[in-house]
Amino acid sequence: MSEQRPAGAAAADRLPVLKTHKVYVGGKFPRSESGRFDRALAPDGTPIANICRCSRKDVRDAVTAARGAQAGWAARTAYNRGQILYRIAEMLEGRSAQFEALLAAGGAAPDGAAAEVQAAVDRLLHYAGWTDKFQQVFSSVNPVATSHFNFSVLEPMGVIGVLAPESPLLGLVSAVAPAIAGGNTTVVLATGSQPLPAVTFGEVLNSSDVPGGVVNILTGRSDEMLAPLAAHRDVDGLLLCSPDPDVARSAEIEAVHNLKRVAVRPHEDWAEVQSPYEITDLQEVKTTWHPIGS
Amino acid sequence: MTDSTESTGPTAPKLRLGNGDGWGYAPAPESTDHVELRDRYGLFIDGEFTEAADGRTFETANPATEEKIAEVALASDVDVDRAVAAARRAYDEVWSQLAPRERGKYVYRIARVLQERGRELAITESLDGGKPIRESRDVDIPLAAAHFFYYAGWADKLDYAFPGRGARALGVAGQVIPWNFPLLMAAWKIAPAIAAGNTVVLKPAETTPLTALKLAEIIREAGIPPGVVNIVTGAGETGAAVVQHPDVDKVAFTGSTEVGKLIRRTLAGSGKHYTLELGGKAANLVFEDAAVDQAVEGIVNGIFFNQGHVCCAGSRLLVQESVADEVISKLKDRMETLIVGDPLDKNTDIGAINSRAQLDRIEEYLEIGEAEGAEPFQTSCPVPERGYWCRPTLFLQASQSHRVVQEEIFGPVLAVQTFRTVDEGIAMANNTPYGLSGGVWSDKGAKAFRVTSRIRAGVLWANTYNKFDPTAPFGGYKESGIGREGGLAGLHAYLQPEAAA
Repeated sequence: MSEQRPAGAAAADRLPVLKTHKVYVGGKFPRSESGRFDRALAPDGTPIANICRCSRKDVRDAVTAARGAQAGWAARTAYNRGQILYRIAEMLEGRSAQFEALLAAGGAAPDGAAAEVQAAVDRLLHYAGWTDKFQQVFSSVNPVATSHFNFSVLEPMGVIGVLAPESPLLGLVSAVAPAIAGGNTTVVLATGSQPLPAVTFGEVLNSSDVPGGVVNILTGRSDEMLAPLAAHRDVDGLLLCSPDPDVARSAEIEAVHNLKRVAVRPHEDWAEVQSPYEITDLQEVKTTWHPIGS
Repeated sequence: MTDSTESTGPTAPKLRLGNGDGWGYAPAPESTDHVELRDRYGLFIDGEFTEAADGRTFETANPATEEKIAEVALASDVDVDRAVAAARRAYDEVWSQLAPRERGKYVYRIARVLQERGRELAITESLDGGKPIRESRDVDIPLAAAHFFYYAGWADKLDYAFPGRGARALGVAGQVIPWNFPLLMAAWKIAPAIAAGNTVVLKPAETTPLTALKLAEIIREAGIPPGVVNIVTGAGETGAAVVQHPDVDKVAFTGSTEVGKLIRRTLAGSGKHYTLELGGKAANLVFEDAAVDQAVEGIVNGIFFNQGHVCCAGSRLLVQESVADEVISKLKDRMETLIVGDPLDKNTDIGAINSRAQLDRIEEYLEIGEAEGAEPFQTSCPVPERGYWCRPTLFLQASQSHRVVQEEIFGPVLAVQTFRTVDEGIAMANNTPYGLSGGVWSDKGAKAFRVTSRIRAGVLWANTYNKFDPTAPFGGYKESGIGREGGLAGLHAYLQPEAAA
């Protein structure tokens, strides 16, 4: 398969070192526990690489990792989360060429690939800036008619299951960044036709001070992994990035078990999907009453 | 009955006054003279009161006397269809065309007439639902009016609802409400919906339809255009017809988690908007540095307010071990002073259980709690012979796995557990599928803030309990629901942001 490798074209006298694409769970890069694999394909059907075909057990492991990381991530200061998101942007910028090559191998035109990587970097930067601002814009002090100090703040939902969009880098970043900016941790199913950017994005996260477990990325098939993720009782919310209403519907039904919050993003073009409402849609509102008195 | 030799703990009072020792209160019944109740009530559709298409009716009774109050029309699918069609027409042709300021004026009018007719509504609420007149008079009715007044003012300010975005109404809202706060829940549903520019079809609970139907009279009296608010009475089937109606754009439900999940399932994939306000099993945490007498009042208010028919009731008491004896002793003393009886008597603390069915459910849990090994305590106050009553009850020595700890009873029954450390208390508080509310009692401000921030629930009361306000968002985490009512968050539930420019 070496002649189809997207990056690091070999000089004639040197055999290139091929990369094993693993998944990203709990800050580590394991293979699927199932030992199964799928092939990532170029648009013409040529195999590019082997990827892990994760199982429902991998989903459970990833949820455990996300749950374990959630309280700590939510307890980070907003300033610190902002710096870490900024760091992700820095790391992605530094690896632009690699991602451009991956996107090109998936069929993107060179200009388009470069523009998508830049947009993804800028999107990370955008949400890095929101971490310590959305609370100010969207929380409230409520002027109740009794002698109480009453306020409503946003709190992260907790663990969010993300069905990543087909858009392999910009869509992925647009879904994950607002979720983690708000203090959630995520289990991301990168089941689109171009999973390699997602796998490689795990490496970016791993070198960006993102604590292990905050973002977990699994590759494989959504028809195997989405139902167990949507039904998992330790997942608090779902972000379903799919234009297929049947996919959303069946996941929503699984989500009823523990009344997960479900946000559906049917977009195919992610260029404009950027707003603080992407953060607040994955937050809870908590109202607290304190008496005022002597 | 309050024999002081039973006192335990170092701070037990020397003298306790109760109902049976000659210091009881003389009856102080509220007069029902000027309350006009009809024998028969119809559905309120398109501005008119009408019979059900098939002529069916059901009875609503006074749970304190078991006597029938009125016959009420039972709406079928056909009637719900008519109501939704009226709401759609009113939305398309009238309500969405009206200047926002004028829409707001109509909603203000409702608030004002509710205040004018407050006494009548309070009495009706207590007659139909069994709640003490003190509560319906001082809580339910004033808050209902306040809700309309608050949301009326939003009508011409929707441009400020979503920063950076415009806002528009959703269309027709189908709303189903419970029997514990009949008029107040109607206000929570209708006020934000119509102020935001939607029209509604509301179904009140079958045991408490009367104040919603009086609200319909008020809505007519206020001149609200026909079809903007439609009220269809009936039981579960009528409610199902409302929430499943294909021409409803938004579903709002308050009730049990079980029914909420059924509704959520039917909405899967529909893209419809929804808010669910469901069950709860809130913990009231009392720390060793709490002001104990205040905490005891808060515990009593938390679980015995409205007979414990409160989704956010503090139905679990978690008390730190070092003060458990004192708190429980004082709590028992305070409970002995509670008067169970005639809802219309101004001395009554705990009124009638809302229905025979609910009393059966509570009594089943009383048996379950005992069978599971918790230690029951009930006060000795007399209760009337007729009607549905439950004395205030504790389950001491309850365990986290007990059903009386995990499941919502919706009655005056408090499960009591102890904890040692702050972290243990928080973990126990969070260890149910629910997440509606919680209470924290501590005189240390830093601790109160920390604990309230770590309880996974939508409403937290620190050194107070069961306070409500139209400006304060209310709603649950986890299986206690989705979405908020009250405040700006409650307005969002009836709007959608427009796409970014």
